Amino acid sequence: MADRAFARWKDGGVMGADTALARLSPDEVLELLPQQEPFRFVDEILEVDEEHIVARYRFRPEADFYRGHFPGDPITPGVILLESLAQVGVVALGIYIYALRYGRDGVKTRIALFTDANIDFSGIVKPGERVTVTARKTFFRRNKLRSEASMALEDGTVVCAGTISGFGVER
Amino acid sequence: MTRDEIFAKVVEIVKPFVKNEDALAAVTDDTNILEDLKVNSARLVDIILNFEDEFDIEVEDEDADAVNTVGDAVALILEKLS
Repeated sequence: MADRAFARWKDGGVMGADTALARLSPDEVLELLPQQEPFRFVDEILEVDEEHIVARYRFRPEADFYRGHFPGDPITPGVILLESLAQVGVVALGIYIYALRYGRDGVKTRIALFTDANIDFSGIVKPGERVTVTARKTFFRRNKLRSEASMALEDGTVVCAGTISGFGVER
Repeated sequence: MTRDEIFAKVVEIVKPFVKNEDALAAVTDDTNILEDLKVNSARLVDIILNFEDEFDIEVEDEDADAVNTVGDAVALILEKLS
């Protein structure tokens, strides 16, 4: 299904006369983020514009995955760090860019699917730590968004960085 | 640049995204990028961007829509270069 959707290269968006283009605030972007507990890894968006985004998240010590990753020695799984990068650098930044082109309603009828990533991990995140995710748009074409994203601890240590991409499809 | 040279470069650009190596080994103008080479369609954007960088051309989205086969890509690039 998804691949068929991808194959429809043309924007599904209809640029109708009543499409109100919207410059969303950071809080509005957060509100439109479809991922919810227990799979939301963004607490607040500090900055967002057409080129970049900065957001924060504190990893909840009570998160279920720490029980198994690893028993008695909890660290945040790399895939969860990657998910956080993607929720900020692809989904949230994508929502902002989409709203500029298709309006709020255009955002609500689409969902971002992960397409590819190339990430280096260089540090670990312990339960309870707060991270800052920064992402800068590489390109947005044909509904595909690619960003350079990185995650840093409060002392500035970068724990992971690289490129992530996603594709907007109609729900 | 000759047509053969463009063809070879197109194949080189597409190669990293190909999931069917056998189809790539037997590639012709008629080879379909998505269906034969099994390229993930979300990667078509990457391929078009790489065409732009490699050949120093600009490909409009409408032009890119017409690219289904390797031969289509070669023809489009030839047209843009001329």
